[in-house]
Amino acid sequence: MSDWSRAVSGFAAEADTGDGHRNRGLEIEELLLFEQDAPGRSGVDWPEPPAVADRLGGMRREGAIGLPGLSEPQVIRHYTRLSQKNYGIDTGIYPLGSCTMKHNPRLNEKMARLPGFADLHPLQPPATVKGALALIDTLAHWLKALTGMPAVAMSPAAGAHGELCGMMCIHAALEARGERRKRVLVPESAHGTNPATAATCGYAVDPIPAGDAGRVDLAALRAKLGPDVAAIMLTSPNTCGLFESEMRAIAAAVHGAGAFFYLDGANFNALMGRVRPGDLGIDAMHLNLHKTFSTPHGGGGPGSGPVVLAESLARFAPLPWLVHDGDGFRLIEHAEGEAAATIGRIKGFHGQIGMFVRALAFIMSHGADGLRQASGDAVLNANYVLASLQDVLTASYPGPAMHEVLFDDRFLHDTGVSTLDFAKAMIDEGFHPMTMYFPLIVHGALLVEPTENESKAGLDRFIAVMRSLAERAKAGEAEFFHTAPHLAPRRRLDETAAARKPVLRWRKPAQAAAE
Amino acid sequence: MRYLSLTDDDRRVMLATIGAARIDDLYRDVPTDALLDRPLDLPCGMGELAVERALATLAARNVAAGSVPFFLGAGTYRHHVPAAVDYIVQRGEFLTSYTPYQPEIAQGTLQALFEYQTQLALITGMDVANASLYDGATATAEAAMMANRLTRRKKVILGGGLHPHYAETVATYAHFNGFTVVARPPDPAASDDPAVLIDGETSCVIVQNPGIFGQVRDFGALAASCHKAGALMVVVVAEAVSLGLVKPPGAMAADIVAGEGQSLGNAIGFGGPHLGLFATRDHHMRQMPGRLVGETHDAEGRRGYVLTLSAREQHIRREKATSNICTNSGLCALGFAAHLALLGESGFTRLAALNHAAAVALAERLEGVPGVRIVNDSFFNEFTLRLPRQAAAVVDALAAKGVLAGVPASRFWPDRPELADLLLVAATETNTEAEMDNFAAALREQLR
Repeated sequence: MSDWSRAVSGFAAEADTGDGHRNRGLEIEELLLFEQDAPGRSGVDWPEPPAVADRLGGMRREGAIGLPGLSEPQVIRHYTRLSQKNYGIDTGIYPLGSCTMKHNPRLNEKMARLPGFADLHPLQPPATVKGALALIDTLAHWLKALTGMPAVAMSPAAGAHGELCGMMCIHAALEARGERRKRVLVPESAHGTNPATAATCGYAVDPIPAGDAGRVDLAALRAKLGPDVAAIMLTSPNTCGLFESEMRAIAAAVHGAGAFFYLDGANFNALMGRVRPGDLGIDAMHLNLHKTFSTPHGGGGPGSGPVVLAESLARFAPLPWLVHDGDGFRLIEHAEGEAAATIGRIKGFHGQIGMFVRALAFIMSHGADGLRQASGDAVLNANYVLASLQDVLTASYPGPAMHEVLFDDRFLHDTGVSTLDFAKAMIDEGFHPMTMYFPLIVHGALLVEPTENESKAGLDRFIAVMRSLAERAKAGEAEFFHTAPHLAPRRRLDETAAARKPVLRWRKPAQAAAE
Repeated sequence: MRYLSLTDDDRRVMLATIGAARIDDLYRDVPTDALLDRPLDLPCGMGELAVERALATLAARNVAAGSVPFFLGAGTYRHHVPAAVDYIVQRGEFLTSYTPYQPEIAQGTLQALFEYQTQLALITGMDVANASLYDGATATAEAAMMANRLTRRKKVILGGGLHPHYAETVATYAHFNGFTVVARPPDPAASDDPAVLIDGETSCVIVQNPGIFGQVRDFGALAASCHKAGALMVVVVAEAVSLGLVKPPGAMAADIVAGEGQSLGNAIGFGGPHLGLFATRDHHMRQMPGRLVGETHDAEGRRGYVLTLSAREQHIRREKATSNICTNSGLCALGFAAHLALLGESGFTRLAALNHAAAVALAERLEGVPGVRIVNDSFFNEFTLRLPRQAAAVVDALAAKGVLAGVPASRFWPDRPELADLLLVAATETNTEAEMDNFAAALREQLR
């Protein structure tokens, strides 16, 4: 601690400013909403409700709810202060591998808030929502063209929901053939959602080991195929950052066994405008609009996960369907007519329209040329990181990488520093860490995805910091890493304690003490 | 392209560092004939102004709810969202952050979600809530699967007041996940008692309050029937604002609450993104789906928050996870939390009372229209009208006159002629008396 900060902390030592805040400079300690309560206070001025004879059928709520009362300025300050404890893409590079944390353009936000989109009810008469239907169709057209696939189901709410949608369509197609297959093959490097989705869809998961080159071992895959295999769920580029170069052979083998080829499109950012998975023999793939097409992650969501489908699966797509009808569109909301074979509905209403507007704004801003440049720059940035760090970090596989690059913890061997320690030290250097300990097929994985938005100067600084940290680890400064982060709003948090005796909500102190 | 930061010079230097001549060389693992050598035959990029014009043109082809007298509900409700809420959700640190995997630099999101979980537990009367699911329909499907895990049974009973999209979603999940659904027919009279179907195979009964037709019911006796048979009761709440006035599921001994949280802090948005609500009892928390935020402390003993009980989740447990969900509706949950923080106890209960008063005022006007009858004995902010003719035709005719009158039951159940004359009508604090008068007059005119 410097003399200056010591002086400051001496000056302000734990001063309680009266409202419970203990802030120093922009280092903020923020109480919970519930600890700022004054009964009767509100940040919204609603009039006294008129006296009416209630028609609640005797079902009126009794007793207080326990919600805290705050004024508007208090609420604004609360959330503004909380926001300042967060790192976002707007703060700096956010190199989470397989998460594609790219810039979220504010134009997208502005467009999504146009009353003609945001203030529409999903069950208005279709004649009053023609523009919204046209918007869905325009985005659908782009997604089909970019992937080289003939059909797309727009309603899935996120990537994992898209996976589920795709696997349900596959399941339905097999049923239509009178087949009840039981196994789904999932590479060990797959996202956790893949096996979880297969299980939710009623399948047993059979892992396929990765070959030495970080790609699916085709021989191992062939050996696993059989008449009870429903599908393979593959990711390409995979989570090692490598393109699965034998996708066509995989497709041929899978199709030869009567199974389907599901592609996890989480890493489509490498392929946009350059490779159409439809040309490589896939049957279904979801796209994460919140990754590839820039809709914000929002601290966890919402996302949107449209699924492109081969002709063989299209008739099983979930409701609702949007079909061309003369100059306009027809919304099919029930299993009838051309939608008779649908798997049915998988969520309420029509899909994540707010995300569609944002994604389409992103796509229109780029155009076909810009999307191609964006995927190229994403791949260039990843390979630049690989080339610039491979002498100090240990790359798991030689390049070329696609949009992300995988390192493992061999470079930390005998340093006493773990991948976790290394990640926490990156926080002190002003960076959000990369994805760590994933994929599971290498030890202590560090998966770096810079995206296309980073400048060379920004990458050079990131690279310099990574080099310097690697050198400090190797120079025996393990203690520094073990205690990192030092400069974040919180030091390392005790996750074991959190899980051992979970406290998932605030309770009044007296109430909490009694439990 | 304005979002790209590399210059051509940068690209040259970087390619030289890599040892590649051009970006295409980095794609050498892709089969040559699958590598596109030119942009697809699609439009080229546009500046901000041009994109705005194009999208505004599409938006202008829609009739925005706020531009006409508007009375639709049926699972998504138009409420006034304070300006402060949108400021908060547009804070870049919230908007552009990921799922809080690095808690030391995500305390903002984590604390806000911990508060959200607490607010949701309070208003539903339950012990604990998760950090959100996709929407009401998928939350209901997750509730069914959680009940199946807890009871080790595979039969789910759906009440006749459950939102048909939720019922259909549960049925889809059931078909593939491998459980049985017994759905009661739509029940506009709210007279059906699903308890008669409960047997030793039943994992749960799922009912909605207020129901899709608007009725408010007490499911306390149903809970007792469920528990006696070793089954659980799931209560669905599709209109979160109702919890400010109506007896909550927790007070009816519900085991799981699933629901739709769009009403607070979020736009109707043509139906998405919305906010899946999920709450349960303490002793069931380890079977919950989705993210959970828990309180802990840091290395200096200061209070802090982390994602917890991750051993339930797909990224740890893979095929043995409680759900496949990863991305949820975090930012929608933030909007919900901020809106509820602004309202507070007095604002929330008052907002709910205003909604009920608006619906009562609308009901009184519409009951006066010859030939129109209200089906409901009880309601919160939505009720069902029986019209003297097919409701869909009336809705279309009124839309042509600039009144968005409600949702005809036939939109959900086109194959049930006995429901064809039913119209679901909602009123909220956003509806003025003039709009209600306008609606009643237009309906009177239309039915003349």
